[in-house]
Amino acid sequence: MLTDVIKSRFPNIVTQACVDRVDNFIVIKREGIKDIASALRDDPQFDFNLLMDLFGVDYLHWEEKALRFEVIYNLYSLRKKHRLFIKAPVPEEDPSIDSVALVWPAADWYEREAWDMFGVRFKGHPNLKRILMYEEFQGHPLRKDYPYNFRQPLVGPKN
Amino acid sequence: MGEVDLSKFSLLTTKLNDAIGWARKYSIFQYPFVTACCGMEYMSVACAHYDIDRFGAGFPRFSPRQADVLFVVGTVSHKLAPILKKVYDQMCEPKWVVAFGVCTCTGGFYDNYATVMGIDTIIPVDVYIPGCPPRPENVLDGLMKLQEKIQKQKQEIV
Ligand code: SF4
Repeated sequence: MLTDVIKSRFPNIVTQACVDRVDNFIVIKREGIKDIASALRDDPQFDFNLLMDLFGVDYLHWEEKALRFEVIYNLYSLRKKHRLFIKAPVPEEDPSIDSVALVWPAADWYEREAWDMFGVRFKGHPNLKRILMYEEFQGHPLRKDYPYNFRQPLVGPKN
Repeated sequence: MGEVDLSKFSLLTTKLNDAIGWARKYSIFQYPFVTACCGMEYMSVACAHYDIDRFGAGFPRFSPRQADVLFVVGTVSHKLAPILKKVYDQMCEPKWVVAFGVCTCTGGFYDNYATVMGIDTIIPVDVYIPGCPPRPENVLDGLMKLQEKIQKQKQEIV
């Protein structure tokens, strides 16, 4: 199993591994993301050369969840045709994780989006600024504690 | 000489007003400010099948300085709002604005942090065409209402 191989290869980084139907999931410690990312890309056994998606999740109202945010990486190998989801929990008091933009250039805009929408800082990102909202916007709109209809107009009446 | 009796000229001035209105309403140069899905319906109106040219509004201009009707077609976000206002300010008088689709009329079904709740919070609007998206017939109806409005208003000549 792919997840078992990864787990035995990185016992200090991977905390959980499971397979749900056809999808492989691993949960990691956020400190290890850079190491595991470059290893998964370069090792011919894994060969994850495509970062398909990267996004944030806010578990504010979820009781079992001790850590508030999670960053999820969706990897795919074009040659081996296998897929892996990496989940990295991120605490509320310091919402930051290392950037993988230098491992997969595709991560550049995804990380900017996750920063813009969830306020997760990606350390080492070459150009971490808002990508969807405007610079004057305060806060991060997809956080569950952002009022969904709180508007911050640049021109025209306020709300 | 004494005073000029303006009442003698009233027939002339109203006829002149009508003539200018008639000319203006059939030579609409639109600026399509197309941002979202309503654009498809706009294209359908502008093309051969529904043929907006029959109403003298067939020629879209892509510079606000050359246009006199601003068609705001599609959702306007708060990020875009300053640009819409700038485009409106750049148009020369006389100018009119058509809000095309519910998104531009009221914000439509979007009630969130990103969307402007109706472009009339930013710029004045002359004709609202509701619908999500409005059918081409609906758009032509709105265009005829705009023409009626142009015909009836006092024509400022600068
Ligand atoms: S009114 Fe409907 S069709 Fe038009 S832009 Fe809004 S959502 Fe799209």
